[in-house]
Amino acid sequence: MWPFECGEIVENQEPEKILAKGNEAIAMAAMDSRCLLYFGYPITPQNDIPEYLSKHLPALGGEFIQAESEIASINLLLGASATGARAMTSSSSPGISLMQEGISYMAGSELPALIVNISRSGPGLGGISPSQGDYFQATRGGGHGDYRMIVLAPSSVQEMYDLTCLAFNLADKYRNPAMILGDALIGQMKEPLIRRKCAKMDLPVKDWALTGAQGRKPNRLKSLYLQDGELSEHNWKLHQKYEQMKKEEVRFESFFTEDAKLMVAAFGSMARVSKTSVELAREEGMKVGLLRPITLFPYPEKALYDLSQRVKLFLTVELNTGQMVEDVKLSVERDVQVYFYGRPPGSLPSPEEVLEEIRKYYG
Amino acid sequence: MNSDRFYYNIIVAGFGGQGVMVIGNLLANAAMIEGKYVTYLPVYGVEMRGGTANCTVVISSQQIGSPVVGKPHAALVMNLPSLIKYEPLILPSGLLFINSSLIEPKETYRKDIEIFSVPVNEIAIDNGSPKLANMVALGAFNQKTKLVQMNSLFVSLEKVLDERYHHLIPSNIKAIEIGAKFVQSLP
Repeated sequence: MWPFECGEIVENQEPEKILAKGNEAIAMAAMDSRCLLYFGYPITPQNDIPEYLSKHLPALGGEFIQAESEIASINLLLGASATGARAMTSSSSPGISLMQEGISYMAGSELPALIVNISRSGPGLGGISPSQGDYFQATRGGGHGDYRMIVLAPSSVQEMYDLTCLAFNLADKYRNPAMILGDALIGQMKEPLIRRKCAKMDLPVKDWALTGAQGRKPNRLKSLYLQDGELSEHNWKLHQKYEQMKKEEVRFESFFTEDAKLMVAAFGSMARVSKTSVELAREEGMKVGLLRPITLFPYPEKALYDLSQRVKLFLTVELNTGQMVEDVKLSVERDVQVYFYGRPPGSLPSPEEVLEEIRKYYG
Repeated sequence: MNSDRFYYNIIVAGFGGQGVMVIGNLLANAAMIEGKYVTYLPVYGVEMRGGTANCTVVISSQQIGSPVVGKPHAALVMNLPSLIKYEPLILPSGLLFINSSLIEPKETYRKDIEIFSVPVNEIAIDNGSPKLANMVALGAFNQKTKLVQMNSLFVSLEKVLDERYHHLIPSNIKAIEIGAKFVQSLP
């Protein structure tokens, strides 16, 4: 069975609705996307992913490896990806920090793979409660060098599944690592899930893969460029990929935008809470909308800019003390007021608490 | 619940090991079977057996925004610490369901909500096993609220419980029925 053709999707075996945990949805999506190689090291709150895959991958002819550390995991992933196979790892914040060197090398060597961060709270070992404190780490590279990672932020169990399928495709399309950024809320929550087939994407042949050079010229995958001008050229090539992503891959959801006077911007778990707050605000007659970035890189800059031509009040809601708000400020027109409501880890804001903030700024 | 537009949320809370997560899972799965939108959100941080655990279940006829609920319509509390935490949060005219085997009904203070007590541990012990207390509570709670059909709960046991516990499904069904009957027998 192994290695598989890239982009090959397993026929949907279970179209029935099941009550599934967000983390499990990621594991199911990986299997349904023909990713049968997993490397990881346990950490809460993402352990349902390795638990599920350790049970099911071997039976499918795949490999589940519990590595000795996150550093080993990411380098196993790099090696597996170099062979052209679909592969993934998952971890949570401190573990993802340990992986940054490997992620940078993968971006530099143009290796596609999925990295899942079901983030916990930090800094340091922090705690295991939901947090969106890894937004900067995910969207600003995290590791060294001038690179970007495709970052998808699901806000439902169904999206955990759908965006995992998409992340594998985008990673292959761009030869770039892709990340799913969730948190304990989205990872541990259960909702109805349908294991539906993901949309087909035309993917390039992996003719760069290290598959044994019999009958062809040897392939070489590296991130070290010492010849004069070589590295500069390589960086420009990477830059062009990121620009193409910005053109073609931006995804977002908007809600009640038509007549909005105030727009709430939130992603992932906080977008769910904010959605109810926006509905409550509408019931009180306030013209409030919601913009939810689904791709955190590439960021929906243009959607925000366009909205800001007529909406002059924005409220960014995050489960941290202010990270994505910087991207909102960078995106909108200059005469827009961007307010922020954030929560450090420890407790989750209720929809009523976010509504209180909306009232405050709506005027 | 047959009304066209329907929205209800409940917090289930108790000690870790009392089976509050199973109650939440069964309610969520049963509602899903009945075609409702549903979210189930567990909160168990560092807690294990003996610590506190709780989950929030939202059931709706529409797509659900927040799985986090600040003020629930109902709280099913299995122990005293959970009563202290959740009684103040319940919406006015909401429902507080208490396990009166472990909570003295006089510990409650709200006058603007309905308080409903069932000695679920005693009932479970009288019927074979103290481990069935959560199923007695679920049966009683659902008989009281009619949130889902009893049969949906029975069907859900197979989906929610791990296969190694499937031999216990008949005794769990019986415990749910006993909880329901207890409520029916009340004046």
